[in-house]
Amino acid sequence: MSETTFKIQRFNPEKEKEPHFQEFKLEIQKGATLLDCLNQIKWTQDGTLTFRMSCRSAICGSCAVRANGHAVLACKTQASSLTRNDQVTIQPLGNMEIIKDLAVDLTEFWKKVEAIKPWLMPDEKETLVFERTQSIEEFLKIDRASTCIMCSSCYSDCCSMAVDKSFLGPTALTKAQRFVEDSRDKETISRIKELSEDAGIWDCTHCSECSERCPTEAKPLDRIVSLRTVALNNGVTNNNGARHAKTFVKSIKSSGILNENTIPVGSMGFFNIPGLLSLIPVGIRMFLKGKNPPLIHHPMEELDDVKRIFKKFEKR
Amino acid sequence: MKYALYTGCVAKGAGRELLTSTYALAGKLGIELVELKNVSCCGAGVITEDNPELADTLNARTFAIAEEMGLEILNICGTCQGVMKKAQAHLDKDEKYKNKINETLKEGGHEYKGTVQIKHLLTVLSEDFGLSSLRSKVTVALDGLNVAPFYGCYLLRPSELSDFDDPDNPTEMEVLIETLGGTSIDYEGKLKCCGFPSLMMKKKESITMAGNHIASAKKEGADCMVTPCPLCHLSLDPYQPESAKEIGQELDIPVLHLPQLVGLAMGLKPKELGMQKHIVSTKKLTDKIGC
Repeated sequence: MSETTFKIQRFNPEKEKEPHFQEFKLEIQKGATLLDCLNQIKWTQDGTLTFRMSCRSAICGSCAVRANGHAVLACKTQASSLTRNDQVTIQPLGNMEIIKDLAVDLTEFWKKVEAIKPWLMPDEKETLVFERTQSIEEFLKIDRASTCIMCSSCYSDCCSMAVDKSFLGPTALTKAQRFVEDSRDKETISRIKELSEDAGIWDCTHCSECSERCPTEAKPLDRIVSLRTVALNNGVTNNNGARHAKTFVKSIKSSGILNENTIPVGSMGFFNIPGLLSLIPVGIRMFLKGKNPPLIHHPMEELDDVKRIFKKFEKR
Repeated sequence: MKYALYTGCVAKGAGRELLTSTYALAGKLGIELVELKNVSCCGAGVITEDNPELADTLNARTFAIAEEMGLEILNICGTCQGVMKKAQAHLDKDEKYKNKINETLKEGGHEYKGTVQIKHLLTVLSEDFGLSSLRSKVTVALDGLNVAPFYGCYLLRPSELSDFDDPDNPTEMEVLIETLGGTSIDYEGKLKCCGFPSLMMKKKESITMAGNHIASAKKEGADCMVTPCPLCHLSLDPYQPESAKEIGQELDIPVLHLPQLVGLAMGLKPKELGMQKHIVSTKKLTDKIGC
């Protein structure tokens, strides 16, 4: 069996100015997880290598790191699946400060989870016979979110987070969905109003990195989309994101295909003068190159059938 | 070779040069395209937010129409491709759900049977047309041209539904670029989000995202970027001056639609490919390959 080179990012902020890579050679044993390999390196080659771990069973969420640039749960990932040309690159999770080597500071991560009020707020006046029960259908709405193990893999690779550290992020929003759509919770509207504010559900850029990295069935993007549906269904729409969705759907309903000309004003709002002014330079640039959407928008052929489908859904 | 062309909304709107170059390339390669004019928008992941079943129904209608024509769907937009694959997976994995949606389609005379193939132009060129056939048609080799592929999210993720290459280590664009004689550049932002979906909500963050990716391509020596998604193109090209200003770096990297890059190698002229419509001038790169 050939040796694999583990190129591991090392960093001790107390002694070094910036991170560097150190190479370790190791023969990957059959069936060894990435965590097994990290342990082997720590035990046999360099005891100062720092990383988090606990359960070794993909349930505690401690051992997430980035392998070849993407977040993985080390104990759930076969090391052999990561090697490319007998090499694998290991780094700490992204979007967080490094404490040492592969251990990152989770303070902000937990603050955001706490910010969404991760506890059930039922109707306290309700007279209970025994307990608050749910039907299977009601439980299934929150079942997926309940599988989140808070490993922060999604948070690490989130594209929105990379450019805006204030974003609540996929983990906190997944946890939020678990309460917003809990049939026993009576604060759905107040919760979704708070989540629709800046740094909330509409700041996600839909890149699906969160769902791709999620080691469970929580799949954060689907939960964020579900929260957006709750917001739209409950008329919590006084923000650019919800207005964008409403304008988009209205355009498809009326002509079958998107009239891009309606999007800026529809999304930003007619009276958002600074927002609309900020789009003028790109608008002029595109117009001068003939790259603007056609001024006369042509609807699709056989539009009646699409309108019929929309009507059918409105009646439901 | 004959396909049902799903243009998507952007290729009929702010990215018409994508449609121009698709037709020019198809003509050159002898690929017959029958444009689907009686189908709706795929929903771009937005209609799903309003009503997931409505979004799946609209896509099922498109699939049914392509099935009636007996043709595979060819997408030229990465977002349409990703959204359609997701909708198809929803329909195919749940017979009861599919039947419910077919009940809605029935009144319009359509039925989704589940036989249609949905392919992006990238896959059609690489697999159906074939790389060796493509290589034999190269008249202007992209020798010495450093091309940075920018995949876009929807073509890749979620990988369990996208059914495309290896989402963390895709090679389809790289191999295609090398087939045309160019050099494929690896860079940090290659598989990341262009920021387009949040442009109307968080403009500053969105253009920063795009700017960072363009800068990382430039750092690795890219002469140009190429993308299979017109939404990425909108983010990377028209907004590039704003992105440069936001990140405080000069960028000036031309961004091509996939059929434009392939078209150049096939000997098509920049104007035939609609490249005069780009915001960032493509002259530097066309001069470099001599066309």
